Amino acid sequence: MFDWSFVQRYAPFFVKGMEMTLFISVIGIVLALVVGLICAGVELAKVPVARQIVRVYIEISRNTPLLVQLYFLFFGLPKLGVVWSAETCAIVGLGFLGGSYMAEAMRAGLQAVPEVQRETAYVLGFTPLQSITRVVLPQAVSGAIPGIVANVIFLFKESSVVSAIALADVMYMAKDLIGMYYNTYESLAMLIVSYLIVLLPISLIGTWLERRFDYARR
Amino acid sequence: MQGAEILLLPGVMPRLLQGLWVTVWIAAVSVIVSVPVGLLVGWLMTLKNPVVRVLMRIYLDFIRIMPQLALLFLAYYGFARWFDWNLDATGACVLVFILWGGAELGDLVRGALQSIPEIQAESAYVLGLTGWQSFVHVILPQALRRLLPASVNLATRIVKTTSLAVLLGVVEVIKVGQQIIDANRFQYPDGTLWIYGVIFFMYFIVCWPLSIVARRLEKRWAND
Repeated sequence: MFDWSFVQRYAPFFVKGMEMTLFISVIGIVLALVVGLICAGVELAKVPVARQIVRVYIEISRNTPLLVQLYFLFFGLPKLGVVWSAETCAIVGLGFLGGSYMAEAMRAGLQAVPEVQRETAYVLGFTPLQSITRVVLPQAVSGAIPGIVANVIFLFKESSVVSAIALADVMYMAKDLIGMYYNTYESLAMLIVSYLIVLLPISLIGTWLERRFDYARR
Repeated sequence: MQGAEILLLPGVMPRLLQGLWVTVWIAAVSVIVSVPVGLLVGWLMTLKNPVVRVLMRIYLDFIRIMPQLALLFLAYYGFARWFDWNLDATGACVLVFILWGGAELGDLVRGALQSIPEIQAESAYVLGLTGWQSFVHVILPQALRRLLPASVNLATRIVKTTSLAVLLGVVEVIKVGQQIIDANRFQYPDGTLWIYGVIFFMYFIVCWPLSIVARRLEKRWAND
């Protein structure tokens, strides 16, 4: 029933596919973190016009599916003269989608720290900079980490959609092999195992990070 | 901005709207069926029985860790081979979204039920309410307040994830868009931009109100 020789022959395909998945999602997630940080900063500093732009961006990004964003970037934008490779589209798409989720997680973390903490630190003789880096930020980070970890896993999973713009990730490999050889069992099993191998450690590291940064309960 | 006329061709917008209707329909059915499934799963998760607990844990973790697209592939290609279920693409989508929604909602239900102190049920009992009455009149209204905002958010996620249906070949809004683009490729080469732009906007119009409702509910019920 289960054809092990097929698995042996095509497992390298999935390794290749996972390299693509990792490449796209790692860069996309870093981009999302940068975008998120900028947006959260703009919102908290209440920069006049930029703040409204960030608000609009967050609403648009959170309320549209990645697949449609990718199709728009990959098929739509070239008509405006912007021609990006599939890799670039995938990374920009993940960054565009993830940026808003990251921004919300970071903002929630910072807003969970009461204003009185900063004031108290100031009164106790911390400089304004110290009261932020030593008192507010550590607490904000511990509040934001669970959200950020959840977003990292979410974005990694979302990266499976890039197969739709012909990037050869694990999803693409599975579909290709099913289409060519009808080895449905083996291909799907390898697909599941590929994702488990990568996502289980990530979610374990995430849980560890959450505990590591949970200063309140340590 | 040439090419926008493609949107004014007779039949283009109505067809896109029909496609959107398919999307919304799949999402709505999935959300509606997810609710009882989620309640059941959530209740099972609060049971002390170790076997049930482990099974529910595996179910939830598996669903959570797999990308939705991978789950769709499992249902569409896998179930046909394993169980001889020849689900059509729409059926596979609805099934996956129900299993996924049920798991996520189940976890929310579990959280909501467990967040209500034991003493509430005990007090209700002492005051003479039966078990069922205390559940309906005391526990449920409180659990619901914690549950509803997150459930509306989940509904938004399900609507967005419905876009993946096109990759299994369901003729929904994206597929209709692609057909229109292909049919008019020579007369309107720039139609791609406009059609995908409109689809983008359509998803936004469906999901945005849901997000706003979720946020309102969260704010209103955060304090009591």
